[in-house]
Amino acid sequence: MSTTPSAQSASTGRPGQPKAGERLADWADGRLGIYALAKSNLRKIFPDHWSFMLGEICLYTFVIIILTGIYLTLFFTPSMNEVVYHGSYTPLTNIRMSEAYKTTLDISFDVRAGLLMRQIHHWSAIVFVAAMFVHMMRILYTGAFRRPRELNWLFGFLLLFLGQFDGFMGYSLPDDLLSGTGIRFLEGAVLSVPIVGTYLTMFIYGGQFPGMVIIPRLFTVHILLIPGIMAGLVVAHLILVFYHKHTQFAGPGRTEKNVVGMPLMPVYMAKAGGFFFVVFGALALISAIAQVNPIWAYGPYRSDQVTTDAQPDWYMGFSEGLIRIMPGWEIHFLGHTLELGVFIPLVVFILVLVAIAVYPFVESWITGAKREYHLLDRPRNAPVRTALATAWLALYMVLLLGGGNDLVATHFDLSINAITWFVRIAFFVLPVVVFIVVKRWCLGLQRRDRDKVLHGRETGVIKRLPHGEYIEVHERLPRERLYELTAHDQLEPLELPPAVDDSGVERKVKFTDKMRAKLSEAYYGESSQIPKPTAEELEESTHHH
Amino acid sequence: MTHQDSNAADHLPERGKPGKAVDPFADPGLPAHEPRRQDIDERAAKHSERVVTMLFVLAVIAAFGFIASYVLIPKSKVVFIFPVGHVSAQNFALGGTLGIALLCIGVGAIHWARTLMSDAEYASERHPISAPPEVRRKVFTDFQQGVAESGLGRRKMMRNALLGAMTIVPLSAIVLFRDLGPLPEKKLERTAWAGGKRLINMNDNQPLRPEDIAVGSLTFAKPEGVQESDEDFQEVMAKAALMIVRIMPSDIKDKRSADWGHQGILAYSKICTHVGCPISLYEQQTHHVLCPCHQSTFDLADGGRVIFGPAGHPLPQLRIAVNGQGYLSALGDFDKPVGPGYWERSA
Amino acid sequence: MEKLSARRRHPLAALVALLIALAAAGGLYAAFAPTQQAQANPAQSLAIDQGKGLYDVGCASCHGTSGQGSHNGPSLVGVGAAAVDFQVGTGRMPAQQPGAQVPKKRPVYTQPQIDQLAAYVASLGPGPAIPNPSQYAPGDVASGGQLFRTNCAQCHNFAGAGGALSEGKFAPELRNVSPKHIYEAMLTGPQNMPSFPDTTMPEPQKRDIIAFVTHVTNPSSNPSYGGLSLGSLGPVPEGLFGWIFGLGVLVAASIWIAARTAKARK
Repeated sequence: MSTTPSAQSASTGRPGQPKAGERLADWADGRLGIYALAKSNLRKIFPDHWSFMLGEICLYTFVIIILTGIYLTLFFTPSMNEVVYHGSYTPLTNIRMSEAYKTTLDISFDVRAGLLMRQIHHWSAIVFVAAMFVHMMRILYTGAFRRPRELNWLFGFLLLFLGQFDGFMGYSLPDDLLSGTGIRFLEGAVLSVPIVGTYLTMFIYGGQFPGMVIIPRLFTVHILLIPGIMAGLVVAHLILVFYHKHTQFAGPGRTEKNVVGMPLMPVYMAKAGGFFFVVFGALALISAIAQVNPIWAYGPYRSDQVTTDAQPDWYMGFSEGLIRIMPGWEIHFLGHTLELGVFIPLVVFILVLVAIAVYPFVESWITGAKREYHLLDRPRNAPVRTALATAWLALYMVLLLGGGNDLVATHFDLSINAITWFVRIAFFVLPVVVFIVVKRWCLGLQRRDRDKVLHGRETGVIKRLPHGEYIEVHERLPRERLYELTAHDQLEPLELPPAVDDSGVERKVKFTDKMRAKLSEAYYGESSQIPKPTAEELEESTHHH
Repeated sequence: MTHQDSNAADHLPERGKPGKAVDPFADPGLPAHEPRRQDIDERAAKHSERVVTMLFVLAVIAAFGFIASYVLIPKSKVVFIFPVGHVSAQNFALGGTLGIALLCIGVGAIHWARTLMSDAEYASERHPISAPPEVRRKVFTDFQQGVAESGLGRRKMMRNALLGAMTIVPLSAIVLFRDLGPLPEKKLERTAWAGGKRLINMNDNQPLRPEDIAVGSLTFAKPEGVQESDEDFQEVMAKAALMIVRIMPSDIKDKRSADWGHQGILAYSKICTHVGCPISLYEQQTHHVLCPCHQSTFDLADGGRVIFGPAGHPLPQLRIAVNGQGYLSALGDFDKPVGPGYWERSA
Repeated sequence: MEKLSARRRHPLAALVALLIALAAAGGLYAAFAPTQQAQANPAQSLAIDQGKGLYDVGCASCHGTSGQGSHNGPSLVGVGAAAVDFQVGTGRMPAQQPGAQVPKKRPVYTQPQIDQLAAYVASLGPGPAIPNPSQYAPGDVASGGQLFRTNCAQCHNFAGAGGALSEGKFAPELRNVSPKHIYEAMLTGPQNMPSFPDTTMPEPQKRDIIAFVTHVTNPSSNPSYGGLSLGSLGPVPEGLFGWIFGLGVLVAASIWIAARTAKARK
């Protein structure tokens, strides 16, 4: 306290004494050093853009999931012991079911607000993963993953990856007929792993499927292990966002060297804090209006029963698509079976996700650019990256379609076999087509930007020249726009050193270097970007008009 | 993190700072701040203040509504809400009031920020993430000094022993996982079916006779002696579930399959050979059976052959016959393991 | 490529692209829409003569002049009155057009006419008779649910919402299907549906299933407690709803939060 410099008296406090709030802050600073932290962070600047809020949606849904999840654990019994139901949901009276299923029924029908909490939990999970997915695509399209943010990209990717699996485990816990089918699928998938598959299933299920331990085990992993790891990753992710400072789009006064926006206190505290309530409120309203995972309608799990529309939640949908379109390949040799019909989709599932996880490292290797990037790319200014991202998205989407092929069939009067074949072919063809189309589209937009810079904006005013020709008057863009449209870097393709060195000896060029030069050409060569106008070109075109 | 960031307020200027005059593409600098209506018109500001206050008050009212809904609305009450349909009154009221309360707080706070808090933009400078060279040098020197003082570099034997210990000790924990489950042994190869076990109808728990099974019908069965109340019912049925169809003998393409049945009555495993869903979407005219999970399609008139989808091998068929009392009964277990393929499965 | 680039800016380019896309979409649909010939097996005796009159006009062209069947329709000998009552009573017969499956539609005949047709077809050979109301009086819902999940849900979905079969065929949804028709469908196995004869699915069990189907497809007896049922189709519509109304609303909120507040000057 003795170090406190503030001796100014407030109107309410005693003369010569700091206010109570200040005294409390001093007390905390004396123990935690909060002033050092607050000095740089209280007025920390955040730029405004709607797409920068996507990460906040993820964070808030994560918090909501944890809050509602804790509430649900108070009533849920993760046990596979069988009981005969005599509860308040009479259409299941006298039916045998596990305690897990029974307590989920109790939460839905006997705990007041239990159904609401279940629904908020589940809807939040659906939105959580969707928001992470869109957030990731935003980062990808705008190049926000570049140095110094590659590791934060990985943290984010891990969150998405773990979020998907935690969702899968979560909706498996009630032990209903639909999710039980998912656990059965898991058994088949693990069995397909060469050599160790049967051992893994026996260890996971504590014996033969379904056994008595899978629900309690999934419960521990779902509520403790994965959320614990995720919470750690979330904290690391946020610390890095603070540390790196947020990226921004180029604009007047917005450069690589600064970040422009409004301060954390008060504007972002109110906006971000308020947004948490908006997210929570919207999810509560959705849970009042729309039903999700009505486990009482599915019935309890029985290993000899099944219902059609056997799909996972949306985030596992692309893996469902992979497994539905796979031909039934199986290799037999020396008394062994290699179940490729299941194992290949399992591997491709991982590869599809890994492809997106490693992309920043691949791009930085190709680019060879080693500086920091804080200004975001407009997607059109990175045509190859944008085209690759969209091709990946197209692949993902067509697999989602494949995962819902039976519903597409019934709702559009199509044949399920034809849809499956369509997805099989589209799996290979569509990403290529999308890549080509999107790259050309980006180049077209780049040309338009160049035109705008050089010839100005169309004013809509038609002028008749003395010799009778009509022209539209173009107005030169304001300086702000000129800066925005030309602020991006245009990299040159890497060049290999000459084939022979100074003394005429043939130089050995490593294969990886050759490949890198080729890829660099593909990214930054003449066919992949339209040169942005130079000052001379602008000067010339201005005189021309 | 702390000393690299500097207080944004220290960097207020930049605004309107002209770029280099010669470069037409130079950064023109931050535009001057323009006031909102609320900044210059106190009436507009008052209006915003009233809106925000009203939203916060509304949140309080909705919270009371939430408590009232919890206390007053009976759990089992169902109401019709247009256009949602017949829903639980309590869920609708609780979710609605909670949603409104939270939204009011959120929207109020954001409206406050958007209309009444300053919207002046500040620029905060960035500093390189990488440390300057002298810091880097210092770190390396410190590190090397630490290494030298520890003797790690010099006393290799001791260091290697430590590495070994740090590897072996944690790895020894692997044994802890052995008791997660039993070894597979031959568990996946056998089911509860055995010679002489009668086929019990799932619908009425009665043994089936051949005359019960009509052409075009579909019946599910379990082995004799298996009860739903058995402790291992789920495990048993996960492999033993049986699907019985009757096909005109002239339509059966596979001779062996016909022989394993009885006058066109064929008993197939209900467990899909892809990943084990209880397959049973039987089309009686085509004799195809489709799996609802991944659409593997099998031809029951052709020995359970796979005709579409990701399954890799045919549905196993159970050999059945009519016993002395005229009941359908198994002549043994399935000749092949049922369900999905796995490494140890021989063809 | 150069030429294509140049023409891309032609005023008609967008139109041409649209036409190509439409043609491709139409072609794709035609290629994928199932076209196989449908089959259906209907029919049986009392006002046999009137029935025969109706039969000769409405049915004989496909099922043959005396129900022996033709390449357009199966034989009706021995299918029984229950099959006729189901097929004609649900409007499936007479079939309107070839397709993977003959769908339900508005019945063409009145119930007395259907009874006459059924009587005629029943006279062609013995088959299941039309059940009387006591046979399809609803039984126990819970036990019916268990039986439904064992025997029916794999095709018709857990809530009777229907589902896809192979090659464009489908299991229809069960909403508004009368108990009599449910009974007849189980008894006779219309089109590709397998039959569940009384020998394997005794009458009490059928009545339980009827009770469950009636219960589960009626929103006032089976409310969707949590709100919109989203078609009772499982996680796919839930995912769509979550994306559109969950994430969609929140993104809209983000746009509002990040947007500039209107300036006084404008």
